[in-house]
Amino acid sequence: MIKIEKRNDVPMALYFFTPFIAIILTILGGGIIFYILGFNPIEALKFYFITPISNLYGLSELLLKATPLCLIAIGLSFCFKSNNWNIGAEGQLTFGAIVGGGVALLFYNQEGFYILPLVILAGAIGGMIFALIPAILKTYFNTNEILVSLMLVYVSKLLLDYLVVGPWSNPEGFNFPETRQFSDSSRMPLLFEGLRIHAGIFLALAAVMLSWFILYKTYLGFQIKVSGLSLKTAKYAGFKGKTMILVVFMISGACAGLAGVGEITGPIGQLHRMVSPDYGFTAIIVAFLGRLNPFGIIFASLVVALTYLGAETAQIFLQIPKYTGQVFQGMILFFLLASDYLLFFKVKILNLKKNELRN
Amino acid sequence: MSLEISFIGILIGSIMASSVPLILAASGELITERSGVLNLGVEGMMIIGAISGFALMVITDNLFIAIVGSMLSGVIISLIFGFLTQSLLTNHVATGLALTIFGIGLSAMLGKNFVGIPGKEFPILFSSLRESIPFFGPILFGHSIILYFAFTLPFLTNYFLKKTKLGLVVRAVGDSPVSASNQGINVILVRYCCILYGGAMCGLAGAYLSLIYTPQWIENMTAGRGWIALALVVFATWSPIKVLIGALIFGGITILQLHMQAIGFRIPVQFLSALPYLMTIIVLVVISRDSRKIKLNTPTSLGRIFYKEK
Repeated sequence: MIKIEKRNDVPMALYFFTPFIAIILTILGGGIIFYILGFNPIEALKFYFITPISNLYGLSELLLKATPLCLIAIGLSFCFKSNNWNIGAEGQLTFGAIVGGGVALLFYNQEGFYILPLVILAGAIGGMIFALIPAILKTYFNTNEILVSLMLVYVSKLLLDYLVVGPWSNPEGFNFPETRQFSDSSRMPLLFEGLRIHAGIFLALAAVMLSWFILYKTYLGFQIKVSGLSLKTAKYAGFKGKTMILVVFMISGACAGLAGVGEITGPIGQLHRMVSPDYGFTAIIVAFLGRLNPFGIIFASLVVALTYLGAETAQIFLQIPKYTGQVFQGMILFFLLASDYLLFFKVKILNLKKNELRN
Repeated sequence: MSLEISFIGILIGSIMASSVPLILAASGELITERSGVLNLGVEGMMIIGAISGFALMVITDNLFIAIVGSMLSGVIISLIFGFLTQSLLTNHVATGLALTIFGIGLSAMLGKNFVGIPGKEFPILFSSLRESIPFFGPILFGHSIILYFAFTLPFLTNYFLKKTKLGLVVRAVGDSPVSASNQGINVILVRYCCILYGGAMCGLAGAYLSLIYTPQWIENMTAGRGWIALALVVFATWSPIKVLIGALIFGGITILQLHMQAIGFRIPVQFLSALPYLMTIIVLVVISRDSRKIKLNTPTSLGRIFYKEK
């Protein structure tokens, strides 16, 4: 017989261990799906998870994709920890890319050391402003931030679409939906010759360090964590709830904006329709998988980046659509959420025979 | 003059056709949300419905099986969401997002061999009346049976929620799960049923796209309609009749875009496309500002986890 009891407190070891269970179950699940579709599961999984990172170029690509995921997820961890459901990071990323890209386009024919910092700053501010919309509506009009931030994703994507086909499109671009190329001064410096990994990774690492400091060493971090655990306690303690909501959304938006600007000044080098392959949504998975912990998020961003990379490799070798990466991303979150059940409930397997004997 | 009138008739008919997937998905999601469950997986369930409907049509050559199968596939995929959120008490938002991401990926995987296969013509009803009656002909006749079903669904949903005992149960579970539970209602079971119903309707909405509206399979062919349907439920302030009106407005915007593109109108199409989302935000602000209004309109326990100590 199985008996389920509610735990009084969550065991920390299990809390950081269940993500690994989720990853293993996802790989098994992926193998089963490949088998059903008529592929050799071992071979398919090898193409997915090993081939992409078996050379230097692959590793660089992994870090390249992990960078925006890590940045966004770090920002989201502030929101999620304080019970603010910002799920519009994709929109904040896009708007950050629009503002940063706009500044880069202003300087398209100029060079100068000051340009890149300006572009990056503009991107962060853009993301921040865009995240303030759901935050202000939540604090002053009591609207649901989940729905508002989600709706704004599509608004920002349509705005980008309008800009790249309309006013910002490259005058010499034969009507392609893209802007001019940015000047070299607006581009992230590459770390290694011939690889695409760029200096944006330092932004992500700085964000990790800074968020660790803020969350665990400052009064603000303490307020955020307390509000996440119990809103009543936070009110009783006299925390300024409204200010905190605005602050966490601004942090989150700035991080997403940075991720957006990192993409356009890094691998892309201009604005076009596809600034992000839904990094903003996938980063939600990263934040959960990393347990909203700065260092956990680094690990999680690498795992999730591998699903993007694996999907691209599998597309080449197995001729399957690259959307399959999303099957793995979805499964990771499913299994992770499911295994959270073990955190809050104790599953006891009782020995039936003994009980019967006693009766 | 008569040419213009008949053109307007055809235009209205096409607006109705484009609003069908929105009505179906939003009506399903409305019931789910009325029971207190926020399922952000609409897009994922729709796309699964679209590929299963199309695949079954190609394999069995039977449209009835395809339609029923698409609804079943919606039920099956929403069962994942139901099991996680209701039995394992997971967060609704995260689970719903996972469902959408998973659904888009899985549909592309399943649909790999169905890309480029032409669809089959879906039977339309009263096609002779469509031609013979000016103006009203293209509006009222010559549609698929799914369209007629979609346009009666909001009224049925309204009747169900307001006039039947089961509808009252659903509303009670959504507004106050604790007192409903104390009355002896099995909250989890009711929510399961509402989630599965939502899944079936989203599956049907997807099949409408791949079997009737644009009869073929294209990766990611729902193209954000699931999110619009989700917005629509909020836009309609959780009222079925307003879902119908909202779907016609949102569907109208889509059709208007196509025509404006065709005649080279000045307003950028992207602004029109953004309108449904902006209108939804405005409606949210208007209803949320007043705490009385939001209580009247929103299912009180929307998105909250319900757990009963055994």
